[in-house]
Amino acid sequence: MSTTRNSGVIIGRIGLYAFLITAAAFFMIPLVIVFLTSLKDGVEARTGSIFDLPQSPDLDSYVIAWTSACIGRDCNGISGRFWNSITLTVLASGLSLLFASLNGFALAMWNLRRANLILAMLLIGAFVPYQVMIYPLVRMFAIGGFHQTLAAIVTVHVLFGLPILTLIFRNFYVGLPPELIKAARVDGAGFFQTWRLIILPLSLNIFIVAGILSVTGVWNDYLLGLIFAGANWQPMTVSVASLAATNATGVPDHAVNMSATLLTALPPLLLYLFSGKYFVRGVTAGAVKG
Amino acid sequence: MTISHRTRPRLRPRTVAQLVLLPTILLTVIGYHGSILWTIVLSFTPSRMLPVYRWTGFDMYERLLNTERWQVAYQNLFIFGGLYIGFCLLFGLVLAILLDQGVKGRSILQTIFLYPIALSFVVTGLAWKWLLNPTTGLQDFVRSLGWENFTLDLLSSPDRAIYTLVIAGVWHSAGLTMVILFAGLQSIDHEIWRASRVDGIPRWRMYLHVVIPMLWPVVVTCLVLLSMNVVRSYELIVVLTGGGPGFSTDVPAKFIIDHYFARQSVCLASAAETLRLLTVAAILAISALSRRGGEAAT
Repeated sequence: MSTTRNSGVIIGRIGLYAFLITAAAFFMIPLVIVFLTSLKDGVEARTGSIFDLPQSPDLDSYVIAWTSACIGRDCNGISGRFWNSITLTVLASGLSLLFASLNGFALAMWNLRRANLILAMLLIGAFVPYQVMIYPLVRMFAIGGFHQTLAAIVTVHVLFGLPILTLIFRNFYVGLPPELIKAARVDGAGFFQTWRLIILPLSLNIFIVAGILSVTGVWNDYLLGLIFAGANWQPMTVSVASLAATNATGVPDHAVNMSATLLTALPPLLLYLFSGKYFVRGVTAGAVKG
Repeated sequence: MTISHRTRPRLRPRTVAQLVLLPTILLTVIGYHGSILWTIVLSFTPSRMLPVYRWTGFDMYERLLNTERWQVAYQNLFIFGGLYIGFCLLFGLVLAILLDQGVKGRSILQTIFLYPIALSFVVTGLAWKWLLNPTTGLQDFVRSLGWENFTLDLLSSPDRAIYTLVIAGVWHSAGLTMVILFAGLQSIDHEIWRASRVDGIPRWRMYLHVVIPMLWPVVVTCLVLLSMNVVRSYELIVVLTGGGPGFSTDVPAKFIIDHYFARQSVCLASAAETLRLLTVAAILAISALSRRGGEAAT
């Protein structure tokens, strides 16, 4: 009796692990083949199976992707776009986090009238698909004379990042004891002083969580970059999508394409691997109160 | 102590707090509400490339609903959306329950299941396009294993190309569903398992009749999150299928962006946007109601 029961349990465990390992393979395979292809050269990538191991693995395709692959008629590789993406991400995430933290603090701890109304107005932006606002924003920027500039792309990123980030900060600050700011006010500290000296030092964790959400969001964006960044500030995602690397005879060089793809994926991937639990909190933070 | 001797701010801190919110309020009112209204207004005009303000009533909506490409795109929203959400939930739930059985290497597995969420839909699309390409991809691989007639011609088939979007989409988002549902499972009181053992109820029946119904609010959260991905979906389609073959995998977002910028038909795009906005409003209303329903049930 107990032996059949035990063997049933063992078969169940084997099935369980078999399923989990198959699932892990399903999730890993696309990344693995992109990585394998990026180590090959153009001919090998075109003729061999994607599952073949590279015969002489090297980083040549990465060098081509970085320095000399053609995006449209511009043959300087994606390195310029990489730095564009870095600049955009630093500026947009930095400003978003700063505003979101100040907003969250103002909404959570000052008993403002209509704080909830303001939050609700803001949260419309988290649910309405942002494409609804794209054309009017293009018109507004065009009228303002800064369409397809750094200012335009940073503004839209901040605009669309603020709702969820403000909500994250606000929900965190609501949980802080109100005595904190009462004590500061007795000492005569103003709004910004209280924020800087008392609130900011307590906010490190929530800054990491919100920062991860913001950085991956800005870095991974495609549509806003396509429409608002213009040629000068084109982000990496846009260029890699239109990158069609070819060799001298016009045959597609998939090894270079896959190198560029992996380079685009790398920053958020590293952020994910090194931030662990914070990343999970970041990507699910928006969902908690959704 | 140092604070009190500094110059006193002239404005009361609460006033400053209100002023701090002012730029955001302006940005919201102009950027969101103004833009949404503007889009709705434009849908009632004959604007082509630039806005024209002449009332044409519901003409554009009529034209839109009679446009075959829009019909396909709108339908695809539900085919892609239904399959994507369904499989993400199913796959995510199965993975979450299995990981909850005290498996070894749980955190490594979780890391593997979740990493695609860190990648953009552009990267997701490029990787899957490469995997599914007929000459050197999966099809070629399976043929080399001996199945000479194996065809996995998903990308070039108008009927089946949409499934590539579902596969790539589920690959991207199933991990997120898994993590959210797993957190839900962990928060369930462990007493119920002891009680079920005392009563001799098998585990699978506990999951089916007790645990999954308890997870309902978490499931609704996932539903909202995944629905938002569906309604916004654009990059994945552009990169993986380009909306093709033909317009077979077109989605509203692509229809709209094409009509705004490439085809310079702002009126039609705005009408399409307005319909999509109504769709989103309907989804949110339903989810709010079902959440309330779920709470009432528990």
